[in-house]
Amino acid sequence: MKTKFAMETRNHGERVMRKTFHSLVTIALIASMLPGPIAAQSGNVTVIQNGTILTVTKGTMHKGSILIRDGKIAEVGTNVKVPAGATVIDAAGMYVTPGLIDCHSHIAIEGSVNEGSVAVSSMVAVGDVLEPDDINIYRELAGGTTTSNVLHGSANPIGGLNAVIKHRWGKDAKGMLFEGAPPGIKFALGENPKRSNFTPQPGQVRRYPNTRMGVMDVIRQAFIDAREYKKSWDAYNKRAAADAKNAIPPRRDLKLEPLVEILEGKRYVHSHGYRGDELRQLLLLAEEFGFRVRTLQHVLEGYKIAKEMAKHGVGGSTFSDWWSYKNEAYDAIPYNAAIMAKYGVVVSINSDSAEEARHLNQEAAKSMKYGGMSETEALKMVTINPAIQLGIDKRVGSIETGKDADLVIWNKHPLSIYAVAQTSIIDGTVYFDRKKDIAHRAELEKEKKALMDKEKAAAPQRQGPPGKAPGAEGAPAGRRRPPISTDGGAR
Amino acid sequence: MKSANRILAMLFLVLLLAPASLLAQGKTYAITGAKIYTLAGPPIANGTVVIKDGKIAAVGAKVSVPSGAQVINARGLEVYPGLFNAVSQVGLVEVGQGEPGTVDLNELGDFNPQIAAATAVHPASEHIPVVRAAGITHTVSVPGGGVISGQGSLIHLSGWVIDEMLGKKSAALVLNWPTLAPGGGGFGGGGGGFAARRPFSELKQQYEQRVTEIENWLERARHYAQAAEKGSKENFTRDEKLEALVPVVKGEVPVLVIANDDRDIKNAVEFCEKQKLRMILGRGREAWKVKDLLKQKNIPVILGRTHALPAGEDEPYDKPYSAPGELAAAGVKIAFATFDIEFVRRLPSEAGQAVGYGLSHEDALKAVTINPAQMFGVDKELGTIEQGKIANLIVTNGDPLELQTDVRYLFIKGQLTSTDNKHRQLYEKYRARP
Repeated sequence: MKTKFAMETRNHGERVMRKTFHSLVTIALIASMLPGPIAAQSGNVTVIQNGTILTVTKGTMHKGSILIRDGKIAEVGTNVKVPAGATVIDAAGMYVTPGLIDCHSHIAIEGSVNEGSVAVSSMVAVGDVLEPDDINIYRELAGGTTTSNVLHGSANPIGGLNAVIKHRWGKDAKGMLFEGAPPGIKFALGENPKRSNFTPQPGQVRRYPNTRMGVMDVIRQAFIDAREYKKSWDAYNKRAAADAKNAIPPRRDLKLEPLVEILEGKRYVHSHGYRGDELRQLLLLAEEFGFRVRTLQHVLEGYKIAKEMAKHGVGGSTFSDWWSYKNEAYDAIPYNAAIMAKYGVVVSINSDSAEEARHLNQEAAKSMKYGGMSETEALKMVTINPAIQLGIDKRVGSIETGKDADLVIWNKHPLSIYAVAQTSIIDGTVYFDRKKDIAHRAELEKEKKALMDKEKAAAPQRQGPPGKAPGAEGAPAGRRRPPISTDGGAR
Repeated sequence: MKSANRILAMLFLVLLLAPASLLAQGKTYAITGAKIYTLAGPPIANGTVVIKDGKIAAVGAKVSVPSGAQVINARGLEVYPGLFNAVSQVGLVEVGQGEPGTVDLNELGDFNPQIAAATAVHPASEHIPVVRAAGITHTVSVPGGGVISGQGSLIHLSGWVIDEMLGKKSAALVLNWPTLAPGGGGFGGGGGGFAARRPFSELKQQYEQRVTEIENWLERARHYAQAAEKGSKENFTRDEKLEALVPVVKGEVPVLVIANDDRDIKNAVEFCEKQKLRMILGRGREAWKVKDLLKQKNIPVILGRTHALPAGEDEPYDKPYSAPGELAAAGVKIAFATFDIEFVRRLPSEAGQAVGYGLSHEDALKAVTINPAQMFGVDKELGTIEQGKIANLIVTNGDPLELQTDVRYLFIKGQLTSTDNKHRQLYEKYRARP
């Protein structure tokens, strides 16, 4: 379907760029958190030498080197020549992997992740509220995560639009976006979309749906509407082709547009769900409307419907060993990933948490214990598999010539609990360097102290013991974000 | 070799089919040929552990196998003390969210010293076998909520009824230290939510009121103890709450003080010293900031999850990972705990993660075995592999802190105990789906 509106992409990034920052203190702190001089600018040439290279798709190479040119992997081998003027990173005794990919994240979102007031919120987009100065972007980068699928919350059967980002810490919102990543949308089944009715506040209007039946009804009705909408545009386009002057376009509907894109296979559905039966219902509904669900998210009972998932061609993006935190997670098992993979499902391990995304490598490693996966199979679940699920596997997810130079250097085998990420590289640029981060800390402390002293001097009337005035202890008024619970509000 | 594997497989099947603790009551076992990490001395390369009547009867390189003992050939395997998740909610919570019927955690009221986890721990909880499979043999399960939440109970993770599981009913009294942290939502949570910011003066006033209340409870408990010992029997009325506080004010039962903010920790340390309480700091997110004080006052710390986010944007990204190592280096005794129900089995990773960021491997192992045993005063019975101790131990195929390591055999109170659980059963069921 060719429509005018399809040509207009929403420019989320610029809107975010215009956002004002909250306080001078924050600017200073955030700015000083930026990595120092960037080691290797795009356009330059970098060689990572003498590392154990876990390519993921082409085996493991000992004493291998990677040549990076213009942000891309130009050569991988044991006999790579260092071009004159190239930056050399010595990785002797170290391990190199592709940057890790998180298929389920809620970081870098300003404010709430849920537009929970309506059951279908496909008119809202995470990309409109991307927050490039969310410190979690950097923290996760320091754990080896370089790409994230930033999703709307799970309060709605049909939720908002996603944004796939690279963790290019220091860039603006537009600079975070993964160029060319296929667009997606969040769906949600089960307890979460029902939850708005669990404990309604006095005077609160109860929101339909209240049952799993209602959830399926909301989704089905939305696609019936989307079909009608598509029909009206198809008719208009046909008329317009014959007689452009007299054709009147239908009224644009931002809620239905993304659903039409789903029907046309242009937008990926990433659906939150736990119980096998409800996820199976969604697959059946999708088949009824002739589209394919791209990923089932969480999918803790995926092992109960692995056969059907494989047949549908849907990916499974799950947790390693979370369970029992709510009824629909009570049958969750840590062998889930292994069983889904056994039936041929493309499986990834995701975080859904700013903390968990700091050690996706460890989460993947657990499937070696639970279900006997090989090292490579485990590593795939946080690299090439989520890349496939997000439709970006031609660009990232493995160490191959021609791919984006998104790489992580580890001091030990990354599937060990003892491995610590040393360097994280995106598009050939070093965005995290552990040595520099550590070296920078004293300077940061000094700067923080100076800012605190200044603030104290400006507000001498504040009460409380010295150095502990509530507004002055690293908590600039109105800004300090609450530590995000590892319980992840959206799971 | 093949037949040995078959025997192992059969043994495993037997274990699968037999309910926990049914096996071999009072039986004698000998684990032979293993590398034994006693944690009471250097590892024994090719040693034997003899288990008899629930206890470790002998351990060493030259220990002979008693006649009639069931021999477990553990060549190539390693033996460690059973892991101790120092604080959890095992047995008190089955499904955390949306199923209040399965949650027995927070009693109403702010001062409940009389309630004890041991009176509500559910021996048939599906969590127990799941946790056990991760090599965790015992835990202190604690109630939450209010200011004095109640008594945490040490439980062994196997038993048909609580009597068989109970290690110590009153392992510690849980005290949620009133916080002065700005932005904190209130009291009782050791960190609280993020309610509207309140003026410091208001916080301080509430804080002082709370501390006075705690003081009063302790004072009344002292009078009560005096009356019980020296007063007339006729006029004495039993008071469950004060009765529960008596061993606390006498320093017999430690107080697990939940606090995160460094100022709160300092206040709690000062308070406990003045009140002559045996303090264990719980969670202690900013304990690293006051490590010298903790060392000086000899206050041990049971750390909350290592896998946590830094306290603020300007804190180093790896602070929660490096803090355990910093505390240990300063000479503070540490233990690891998950304080929850969902991630209890992740205990080995919580310790292992700290090793990547500076804690020694040996200290990490001790922090999930002997250290918490010392803190709760049960180090004569648990925490190392030494003659006479309760035989809670695990036989693994490698480093118990590493992600891929399997627990091959597990002993709780000297009984070879099944590692089968709900998860493994569902795995077997669904992978066999035709």
